[in-house]
Amino acid sequence: MTANDLRVIAALGARSVKQTFRRPQLLAPIIVFPSILLAIQTAGAGRAVDLQGFPVDNFLDFMLAGAMIQSTLLAGNSGGIALAVDIEMGFTDRLLAAPISRFAMVLGRLAGTAALSALSAIWFIVVGLIFGASIHEGVPGALVMIFFVVLSGIAFGGIGAAVALRTGRASVVQGLFPLVFVILFLSSAFFPDNLMLEPAATVAEYNPLSFIVEAIRDPVISSISWEVFWKAMGALALVGALSILWSASALRRRLRTGG
Amino acid sequence: MDWRANLEAVWALVRRAANELLRVPGAAIPGVLAPTIFFLGLTSVFGALVDLPGFGGEYQDWLIAVSLLQGAGFTGAATGVNLARDIEQGWFDRLLVSPAPRPVILAGLVTSAALRSLIPAAFLLAVGFAIGVNWPGLDGLVIALFLVMGMGTIAACWGTLLALRYRSQSAAPLMQAGMLLLVLTTTAYAPLELLTGWLHTVARYNPVTQILEAARQGFIGSVTWGDTWPGLLALAGLLAVLSALALRGMRRTAV
Repeated sequence: MTANDLRVIAALGARSVKQTFRRPQLLAPIIVFPSILLAIQTAGAGRAVDLQGFPVDNFLDFMLAGAMIQSTLLAGNSGGIALAVDIEMGFTDRLLAAPISRFAMVLGRLAGTAALSALSAIWFIVVGLIFGASIHEGVPGALVMIFFVVLSGIAFGGIGAAVALRTGRASVVQGLFPLVFVILFLSSAFFPDNLMLEPAATVAEYNPLSFIVEAIRDPVISSISWEVFWKAMGALALVGALSILWSASALRRRLRTGG
Repeated sequence: MDWRANLEAVWALVRRAANELLRVPGAAIPGVLAPTIFFLGLTSVFGALVDLPGFGGEYQDWLIAVSLLQGAGFTGAATGVNLARDIEQGWFDRLLVSPAPRPVILAGLVTSAALRSLIPAAFLLAVGFAIGVNWPGLDGLVIALFLVMGMGTIAACWGTLLALRYRSQSAAPLMQAGMLLLVLTTTAYAPLELLTGWLHTVARYNPVTQILEAARQGFIGSVTWGDTWPGLLALAGLLAVLSALALRGMRRTAV
C-alpha cells in the first residue's frame, strides 16, 4: 500500500464520517437507537441481576457491551447503505475513473466505519460511567473495549460493503437491519447465554458474536482473560476474512460487469 | 363538501394507501418483521425474567401486547414517512388544492394507518399462537385489536405532525424513535413494581402504559372493565392531543 493509497483512504474515511454526522438517518441507528435501548433495557430488565446465576450485580455493567456491539453492527450496516447510495448516485463511478486503487475505495469506507465505531465505544463508555457503570480493569480495560469495537466495525462493516457492492442498491442493504437484530438476539449481547431460553441459548453459545461481546464485556465485569481475548480474536478473524473476501469478489464482479 | 363527498375523499385516500401495499408489498415488511423479530428475540433473551418474584406466567404472554403496539407504532410512523415523500414529490400540494377539507385529508391518512396496523398484528398473533401464547378470549382479542388500531392512528398523527414540520423523509428516524420510546417506556419488559430507576416513574405516568395493560389483560388473565377503561381513556386523550396538533400543522401548511 502506497502513501497515496493511505491519503485516499483517509480522505474517503473522513468523508464517510462527515456524511454520517450530516444525515440523521445514518447517525440515529449508531447512537440514538442503541442508547434508547440501553436505557430502557437496563431499567426494564435490571432486576434480572436477582436471578440465580446472573454474573454481575449491576445490569448496566452487563449491558454496556451489548449496546456497543449493537451500535457497531448498525454502523457497519449504515456504512453499507452510504456506499450503495454512492453507487446509485454515480459517485463510485467517478472514483473508478480516478487514478486510485480500487480497494482503497472500500478501505476508505471501512476506515470511516472504524472511526465511527471508536466514537460509539467512547460514547457508551462515557454514558455508562456517568450512569453508574464501573470498568473493573480501568483505563487499560476501556482501551481493550475500544480495540474490539473498532475491529468489529471493520469486520462487520465489510459485510455491509460487500452487499452494497454486490447489489448496488441501498434498499437491499437497508433490508439487513432486521438480520442484525436476529444475530444480536441469538448471542449473549443482552443476557447471559446460560439464562436464555432454548434454542436461542445453544445458538448463542456458539455464535461468534458472543465471543466478541464477551471480550468487550470482560474488562468491565472481571479481569481480562486471555482465553476470552483469543476466542474473540479468532471470531473477528473469521468474520473479517469472510467479509474481506466477499467484498473483494463483489468489487471485482462490479468492475468486470460494470454494475 | 357534504359528508358523503368527505367520506368518498377519505375512502379514496385509504384505497391509495392500500394500492401502495399491493404494488410495493415489500413496503409492509419492515413494519411486520421488526416487531416479530423483537417479540421472538426478547422472549428468548429475557424469558427467565418470569422467575423473578411478582412476575409469573410465560414471558411470551407478557410481551405479545408490547409487540402488537410496536407493530402499530412502526406502521403508523410509516404513514408519516410516506407523507414526507408525497410532500417532497409535490403530490401533497396537489391534494391541498383539491376541495377536500384538511380534516378529511388527515382522516384519510390516519384511517389507512389504523387499517394497515392490523397487518403486523395478524402476523404477530399467528406467530405468537404458534409458539404457545395464551388465547386471550374473543373479548380480549377484540379489545387488543381495537387498541392496536388506535395506536396506529396515534403514530400516524405523530408521523404527520413531523412530516409537515420537516417536509423531508430524513425525519423518519425521529418518527420511529418517538413511537419506540412511547411504547417501550411503559411496563413493556416487566410489571411496574419490578422496573427500576427512572423507568419506574416514567412508566407510571406514560399514558401508553394504560393502553398496554388494557391490550395485555386477556393474554395474562381475565378481561375486566376495570383494566379496560383506563386504556380507552388514555387512547382518547392521546388521540385528541396528537390529532389536534397534526390538524394544526395541516391548516398552517401553505400551498
